[in-house]
Amino acid sequence: MNLKLKVWRQESSKHKGKIVEYKVHDISPDMSFLEMMDQLNQSLIEKGQDPVAFDHDCREGICGSCSMYINGQPHGPENMITTCQLHMRSFNDGETVYIEPWRASTFPIIKDLVVDRSAFDKIIQAGGYISVNTSGNSQDANAIPIPKENADSAFDAATCIGCGACVATCKNSSAMLFTAAKISHLSNLPQGQVESSSRVISMVNKMDELGFGNCTNTGDCAVQCPKGISLDNIAKMNREYLKASLKSEK
Amino acid sequence: MSKNTIIFSSSLGKKFVMSLTGLFLCSFLIVHLGGNIALFTSKDTFNEYTKFMTSNPLIRFMEIILVLGFLTHIVDAILLYIRNKNASNTKYIFDKKKSSISSRSMALTGSFILFFLIVHLRSFWYEYKFGEVIYSEDSNGNQIKDMYHIVTSSFESPMYSLFYVSAVILLGIHLNHGFQSAFLSLGLRHKKYTPFISLIGKLFSFSITLGFISFPIYFCLKNFNLW
Repeated sequence: MNLKLKVWRQESSKHKGKIVEYKVHDISPDMSFLEMMDQLNQSLIEKGQDPVAFDHDCREGICGSCSMYINGQPHGPENMITTCQLHMRSFNDGETVYIEPWRASTFPIIKDLVVDRSAFDKIIQAGGYISVNTSGNSQDANAIPIPKENADSAFDAATCIGCGACVATCKNSSAMLFTAAKISHLSNLPQGQVESSSRVISMVNKMDELGFGNCTNTGDCAVQCPKGISLDNIAKMNREYLKASLKSEK
Repeated sequence: MSKNTIIFSSSLGKKFVMSLTGLFLCSFLIVHLGGNIALFTSKDTFNEYTKFMTSNPLIRFMEIILVLGFLTHIVDAILLYIRNKNASNTKYIFDKKKSSISSRSMALTGSFILFFLIVHLRSFWYEYKFGEVIYSEDSNGNQIKDMYHIVTSSFESPMYSLFYVSAVILLGIHLNHGFQSAFLSLGLRHKKYTPFISLIGKLFSFSITLGFISFPIYFCLKNFNLW
């Protein structure tokens, strides 16, 4: 198949970006989207041009690195998959494909399609963990009985790979779904209980401090999430936050 | 920083305030619509109802709470809007949203409702309080202000009625998302009850819209002998 690509090119966060049109030929429908990008870059390199910078790592749909806004949707037109799992059979021969980076003031563009998502790391650093003494005396996690429903919902929340599609698609560039998934994951488990109050307050405050927007409950994030993280997590975070704020002595 | 300052200065705190004031304003809409139905009974009933609403001390007190509710909802919305605009300062060249239009246009519908509210207060509340009002006799023979005349004469104008109907439809769109969204902001979401809340929200927004547009439509058509 042949495609017309309209790719966002931007030298750095200081430069102005623009859409540049490229034509790619002989694309196999079995190729992944990233392989198609590799082919485009190969042809650019052969012509002595600067290849398109894009993020990728595992190419197995689990690392959360690939981040492209394809034809108006994060990770492209298919549901519940990342860009690396998107295949060219989802497009038609001769189609025009728009490829843009995540757009949010909290995710500044580094180059072309690569954005700086370290704001997510800062939210995690604010409390998205449990403090366990790992000196060899820690209890085997499997020895603690956990109701099946709690384990299941904790696991569902834990599948969030932090790709940033929720922020990218949100009209307010809100990180609520990501933060909520991380809070929900830990607060569903007994190991997460000890720090549950301080965690939710610290993570929400950090999210605000970094400049992410608010949630209007439009639900775009949950629809576009490649891991199907549900809005239930946002409701849970809201409950946890209210409870923690009322309980907190600080 | 005190814990209360933390709650209300945070993004989630502002959402709690939005939902609580929003639901309070929903309860006001029910009372307002209930009272307006007196327009369909008789001129005297409506004028006596208006007299009661403007003189009862409890209602006057609630009026202050209502104004505070409106102001908090509006100021909070402006603060949230500014923050959201700063967070998403660049737009996509090609964007396909999958969410409902009503959920994405809360600020727009809200702004129009605020504009309507100002016009609405000018045409009815201000006119009743400070305008040159005709007096009519109540059932006890006392002279009372003829609010019925103010309302019905306003609705006789097709332009004013059209403006009123459009504003109420936008209010319905605002409520369609706002009602159920308020529950999510408060953390109330449940597999069994959320579809029910969603349905109540749809019925509520539909009933409020239908209820409020019935007055201008009826009195406007009646003026042209079409009803």
